[in-house]
Amino acid sequence: MVKEIICTVCPRGCHITVEGDNGKVNSVKGEGCKRGLDYATAEFIAPVRILTTLVKINGKENELLPVRSNKPLLKEKLFDCMAEIKKVSVNLPVKMHDVIVKDICGTGVDIVATKSLN
Amino acid sequence: MYNIKCDVAIVGGGPAGLAAAVSAKENGAEKVLIIERDSSLGGILQQCIHPGFGLTRFKEELTGPEYYSRFTAKTDELGVEYLLNSMVLEVDSENKQVICTNSEYGLTTVSAKSIVLAMGCRERTRANIVVPGTRPAGLYTAGSAQRLINRQNIMVGKKVVILGSGDIGMIMARRMTLEGAKVVMVVELMDYLAGLTRNRVQCLDDFGIPLKLAHTITAIEGKERVSGVKIAPVDENKKPIKEKEEFVECDTVLFSVGLIPENELTKKAGIEINRVTNGPTVDQYMQTTAPGIFACGNVVHVNDLVDNVSKESEVAGKYAAEYALGTLTKTVKEVAVQVGRNVRYLCPHKLNIGDKEQKVTLYFRVLFPENNVVLRALDGDKKIAKKKELRVNPGEMCSITVDALKITSNAITVEVVKEA
Amino acid sequence: MLKTNVVVIGAGAVGCAVARELSKYNVNVIVVDKNEDVGGDASKSNSAIIHTGYDATPGTLESQLVVAANPMYDEIVRDLDVPFKRIGAILPAITDEQFEKLPAIKEKAFKNHVYDVEFLTGEELLKIEPNLNPEVKGGLYIPRESIIDPFILVQALAENAYANGVEFMLNTRVTDIKTENGKIKSVITTAGEIETDYVINCAALYCDEIAAMVGKADYTVIPRKGQFYILDKNTSCQVEHIVLPIPTKVTKGKLMCPTIHGNMLVGPTAEDLPDKTDKSTTAEGLESIAIDVRNLVPNVNLRDTITQYCGLRPNRNPEGLHVDLYDDLKGYVNLSGVRSTGLTLSVAMGKYVVQQILTDGAGYTLKSNFIKTRKGIIKFSEQPREVQDKLIKEKPLYGNVVCRCETITEQEILEAIHRPLGAKSVDGVKRRVRAGMGRCQAGFCGPKVIEILARELNKDATEVTKHNAGSYMVTGKTRD
Repeated sequence: MVKEIICTVCPRGCHITVEGDNGKVNSVKGEGCKRGLDYATAEFIAPVRILTTLVKINGKENELLPVRSNKPLLKEKLFDCMAEIKKVSVNLPVKMHDVIVKDICGTGVDIVATKSLN
Repeated sequence: MYNIKCDVAIVGGGPAGLAAAVSAKENGAEKVLIIERDSSLGGILQQCIHPGFGLTRFKEELTGPEYYSRFTAKTDELGVEYLLNSMVLEVDSENKQVICTNSEYGLTTVSAKSIVLAMGCRERTRANIVVPGTRPAGLYTAGSAQRLINRQNIMVGKKVVILGSGDIGMIMARRMTLEGAKVVMVVELMDYLAGLTRNRVQCLDDFGIPLKLAHTITAIEGKERVSGVKIAPVDENKKPIKEKEEFVECDTVLFSVGLIPENELTKKAGIEINRVTNGPTVDQYMQTTAPGIFACGNVVHVNDLVDNVSKESEVAGKYAAEYALGTLTKTVKEVAVQVGRNVRYLCPHKLNIGDKEQKVTLYFRVLFPENNVVLRALDGDKKIAKKKELRVNPGEMCSITVDALKITSNAITVEVVKEA
Repeated sequence: MLKTNVVVIGAGAVGCAVARELSKYNVNVIVVDKNEDVGGDASKSNSAIIHTGYDATPGTLESQLVVAANPMYDEIVRDLDVPFKRIGAILPAITDEQFEKLPAIKEKAFKNHVYDVEFLTGEELLKIEPNLNPEVKGGLYIPRESIIDPFILVQALAENAYANGVEFMLNTRVTDIKTENGKIKSVITTAGEIETDYVINCAALYCDEIAAMVGKADYTVIPRKGQFYILDKNTSCQVEHIVLPIPTKVTKGKLMCPTIHGNMLVGPTAEDLPDKTDKSTTAEGLESIAIDVRNLVPNVNLRDTITQYCGLRPNRNPEGLHVDLYDDLKGYVNLSGVRSTGLTLSVAMGKYVVQQILTDGAGYTLKSNFIKTRKGIIKFSEQPREVQDKLIKEKPLYGNVVCRCETITEQEILEAIHRPLGAKSVDGVKRRVRAGMGRCQAGFCGPKVIEILARELNKDATEVTKHNAGSYMVTGKTRD
């Protein structure tokens, strides 16, 4: 399998071509530096992203609680996690970095508040 | 009328105002007052729930609320005061007064020793760029949509076309996709991306959202609600190629077509505005042409990263405090700052050099993307600073630092040249 | 079934002026309009000028009504609290060919009884209007050409009519008109049937369709599209008068003038189109404005545009303004060919139409308790500081500025919503208090106005519209 990856480490945005199979990298071409090589390898094997979204607050119609994943989670799990988060609602007060959903979708990643609300 | 006295008055409680307030306080100003129109501090960062902030400043990836919380924690700790729900109507640069509305106190006059303008910017609109067609519901600037979705719990649409590949537009593409809307495409007039590459990858490519470079919307259709747009590729003069026009169905159009510094108050105060940046002309203290009136953040020039805004605002806050305390270095020489090859504008616009040692960072944007370049600062013909960059592009801010005291001529020039 | 004496179809400038005039009499009046708000179609997208009639075709009904209407405005705007200013128009001749046309234009003005037209030299013109093309050879000055807030004019006429007992049925479409024995019997609407003695067709763009319901459509409406630019209040190149081009045989041309609120208005185009609902601007149309207006004001900066819009003038074929009553159809009054002078002549038309009905033998008597005046919404931004302070202390929501560009407070928005015939949509708010009319075009206040409308009208945000049904602003909640 060959994947074209645009490097996001620095503004140069190198187009890196990675070739490999089953989570194994055979060759990397086009990277501008070592950091780019690491990035492209990780992106090829298992791309991860920070998820940020909002959670419903009980008793409030016009305000939501901003939340994030405390660690990057697998890109392919983003929509599963969104579906879980949409089911959740919280009671105030909430403190920044309070855990709102523990171990979301079995990823080992927590969804935490990014704002304190009283 | 209600009267308040303070040392440093700051107009705007967004990232620029907050950083300026902290810095003013840390540099000795006793009473620092932020005047904010919203009901809470944080400015636009309150609706920027996405990550990507703080990578340079805090070496970690924060969301908007997390980023400004680090500053509000400081303003609380240092005892910065603030007036919320207060819209400033007038800045009197001569008498150093700010007049604002406040539902609780009535019309309020804040008298200060120095003032920091930190009003931020506003979004360019569909009308600014003259997109023809009808005027139905469903047309939003990306920022308004972001506010509605993230702060007011309101979804603006289901099938979206975004004009402009600026960061806010791309971030909204991801936000709306995650929230269940279909983002049909992002259309960009230029043949390169307006925002950060990272956002293209994580906001568009991740979700398979097509990016149409060198295209534009040629017409908005729909009478009551948007029913679609016509898009067409553009030629080298950015004129749409009519024969290749096609219809794209959607119920919502988001415009992410640039930001304009919000300087109505500045203009009314008689402060000089720079024609390229649309912000006040400032020196390295971030002082405007009105003595004692400072400015920072996106009201001066539109920044790429909030980290840069914070840094620049700390400069403004520091010198606003010094001005209030009467300790600001006297100017011995004025040096013009000039744009050279592939530089669109520079900030600060001039240097008021005193007799003290001072490192000055000049921020600038390039005119066009380029790889493997050298950024240079010239004092007359003499090179006084240089810096290599693998890539520069108009979407990202460049900077170069010079030693103010060492400047001998009356003008320095910053240029971007190809590496020899 | 509803019963009334007069049904006015159309709540544009003319319909509302007719209704207000009728409200001086002891008579029941219902105004029916398909739109959700008063203000019509053509009445709300035009050049916002109150003409003198100097260039009308002498001797026509249009000339008589426009010439009669202009002086009426001093009293109307005082009684009804409508923003209005007599700034005067100038007609500069840039070329020799244009210069030679000036005497004929002046002569025509005299034939229209507009005697205060004066000739000015190029030098004099440049003195009063420094941004004119310096090539100007000379021109005419028409002092009573004026500017107005067209939205407020129509709202004020409607509100005053309402205060005097006129009923308004908005969001109501006329589907048919019943006649019996050569007489009007009733009007069928989407909100039911209304039995009536008179029907006054003020449906402008749609007057031919209404006329067809009673078999009187001996003409068709040909919409003439006009596209405009509005420029920022801070635009670098401004004018202080209505700067009009010398008309050619083909077109009256494009003008530039200030609006009553201090923006610059540039346009319009004139394109005959078959579609009565096509209010789209076009790249070609807007480009043509740019080219033409630069002949008059070379430094006009169209990049300072804050919006562009398009209006449709209800021209008719065959041409000409008509007010028709019919011997074989008693009770039916048909107005047609009310075109670009419609806003100006509306107040004279009101009087004219009512007189026609009285002459016809309607027998209405004057009321003794007619309320002559109407107060507009207080504009916070225009008050001196002490008054602003007092206003906030009396009503704290004056302290909450919602629209930053135009400095419009929440209290003003509440008044726009809650006054009689108040705003029910985002555009309704905008046309009453200008929230969203500024340079950011509602980028800042839009989200707040949606929230305020939903709250005040006790609706869900998804039910808030921009204008008519179907123009929903938002589609749901981020989190249910």
